[in-house]
Amino acid sequence: MIIENSPTILSVQGLRASINGTEILKGIDLTVKSGEIHAIMGLNGSGKSTFAKVLAGHSAYEVTGGTIQFEGENLLELPPEERARAGLFLAFQYPIEIPGVANTQFLRLAYNTVQAQRGKEELDPLEFDDFVREKMKLLEMKPDFLDRSVNEGFSGGEKKRNEILQMALLEPKLSILDETDSGLDIDALKIVANGVNRITHKDNATILVTHYQRLLDYIVPDFVHVMQAGRIVMTGGKELALELETRGYDWISANKQQAMAGVRA
Amino acid sequence: MSEATHPDYLECLLKSWQAKPAEPLSWLNQLRAQAIDRVSTQKLPTKRDEEWRFTDISPLARLPYRPSQPDPNLHIQDIQHLFLDEVKNRLVFVDGHFSRQLSVITNPDFTIGNLPELLSTHASVLESHLGQYARFDNNVFTALNTAFLRDGAVIIAPKNTAVAEPIHVLFIATQSEVTHYPRCLLIGESGSRVTLIEDYAALGKAAYITNTITEISLAANAHAQHIRLQRESTQAFHLANCAVSLAHASNYQSISIALGSRISRYNLDVRLTDEAAECVVDGLAVISDHQLADTHTCIDHSKPNGTSHQQHKCIADDTAHAVFNGKIIVRPHAQRTNSSQSSRNLLLSKTAQVDTKPQLEIFADDVKCSHGATVGQLDQEEIFYLRSRGLSEKAARNLLTYAFGAEIISRIPVTSLRQQLEQAVLDQTQSNSL
Repeated sequence: MIIENSPTILSVQGLRASINGTEILKGIDLTVKSGEIHAIMGLNGSGKSTFAKVLAGHSAYEVTGGTIQFEGENLLELPPEERARAGLFLAFQYPIEIPGVANTQFLRLAYNTVQAQRGKEELDPLEFDDFVREKMKLLEMKPDFLDRSVNEGFSGGEKKRNEILQMALLEPKLSILDETDSGLDIDALKIVANGVNRITHKDNATILVTHYQRLLDYIVPDFVHVMQAGRIVMTGGKELALELETRGYDWISANKQQAMAGVRA
Repeated sequence: MSEATHPDYLECLLKSWQAKPAEPLSWLNQLRAQAIDRVSTQKLPTKRDEEWRFTDISPLARLPYRPSQPDPNLHIQDIQHLFLDEVKNRLVFVDGHFSRQLSVITNPDFTIGNLPELLSTHASVLESHLGQYARFDNNVFTALNTAFLRDGAVIIAPKNTAVAEPIHVLFIATQSEVTHYPRCLLIGESGSRVTLIEDYAALGKAAYITNTITEISLAANAHAQHIRLQRESTQAFHLANCAVSLAHASNYQSISIALGSRISRYNLDVRLTDEAAECVVDGLAVISDHQLADTHTCIDHSKPNGTSHQQHKCIADDTAHAVFNGKIIVRPHAQRTNSSQSSRNLLLSKTAQVDTKPQLEIFADDVKCSHGATVGQLDQEEIFYLRSRGLSEKAARNLLTYAFGAEIISRIPVTSLRQQLEQAVLDQTQSNSL
């Protein structure tokens, strides 16, 4: 929801980033305010996932220019864990499997770490069990999720639900969902989207990274941004996603080339 | 190690053997005599022997420790922390000597006890099994153990008997500069079902030598779960041979955990001697400082429709050295064998070392066999995932290290032991300087 005079959670300006000497992000500007849902769309290789990982602090990427302010703080100075504790959450496109660690053990460790950072009460295993089971209902998850190893042997849909469960537990200010819709059938997509909708409210914000319109049928964005070659080349409302669905991405490139040609002329 | 030290070492040991009294049973005396003959004609292995090329046991040859003497002064409260809640039958051996007062035997449905006692009541059964699987022809340590054979845990699970609770055989080391020769024999008669926990622990940080043999014989359709725990003093030397014989459609599941010892060597030989036998052999070594943990396994399929699955993991920190040599033999008649083997190793420091050598020898054509080995460090993507959930880098590394080992420990079906081990690995993980 767009709220007038809502505080800015994320402010990205002129962000450039490289991996192994290859520049992927070539100057990104983005402002996200409290209560808003932004969708970032674009073809494979346009830099969407890189942007998500740079925001979360992945060490493989080198930030070569620009700034990221998160609630007024310089995010680039913080290691990944401090970004998470400050309230930034990345739902992974490919959640990692950790055989040998029970999901409940991992979830409680993450929850208590973030709680401690926020000066809030940590939960013992029994208290946490009640708490997490309540949250699992949001995502229609079976109780045996808790006893299984983190993401091990989970279906694609189960992994994504587990990501959103973590989001529900950690209560981030800003959630970045990196292609959360990929690998989901329509029922799982609805469950995940419904879970996200119930977690979002006027005091947090969400960035959805996606290829397709279909996720946006269930999580309606306030803004849609199109990324190409490491830049946001177009921004519009939710109707832009529908236009992309019918027209593809080529017309944006054509427009851009025309514009570039005009500049050169 | 120079060759010259070997005879001295073995000679010292043999001298102490000569003082031992003869047993009333002639076959047992003969077994010992054969073993002593083998000792006198063999040498200690060196790194020039293919089977020992990664494991230098020369420090052992400088320590011709005497056989240990019984010490009755140990009290139950000294070892209570090693007990397991689920256990109703526990045999305790202190420095290799059976301790009746520390042991508990409650189950009347099967036979459990110390070797000398059972020799008088079950002589013929013991004669047909004792020393029949762990051959000493080419193994000086097996020969030595057999020569010094006296006390030992014996478990006989009668036909079609299921023993619900695990049997805990606890070998505790208390004395310094001695050698123990523990022995363990499990006979699973047809259709029986048993869980054996073979546990080597120390009460201090003494240097000593454990030279142990376990023999397991499973008759048709018998099931055995064998959990082996080596948590010796980090100054100790642990030399172990385990020989398992599997009859028709029998099932053997083994989980061995190595945490202790300065140098440890575990040889496990599993022979699938008849059709449709199955085994699952899992192992974990977690070592640091100057520890060396060497596991050699051989799974030998000789008849059709056998199944074997093996996963072995090592976690090595500091200058520790892990060795895994896993041989799988599929003999010409062993058609339709299904076998898999995986060796996964985690190095936590630049100076830690692992040598892994999976070996498949297949002489049958209709088989399904796979094997693989990995040696690596912690995965950066996994670390990032955990950090993105708020865990510090150190906590993330610790958790992943713990998880690597816990995957094997989680397969232990005895809850209290699993919890003890999870805590032990967690403590070890968190104590190192990651």
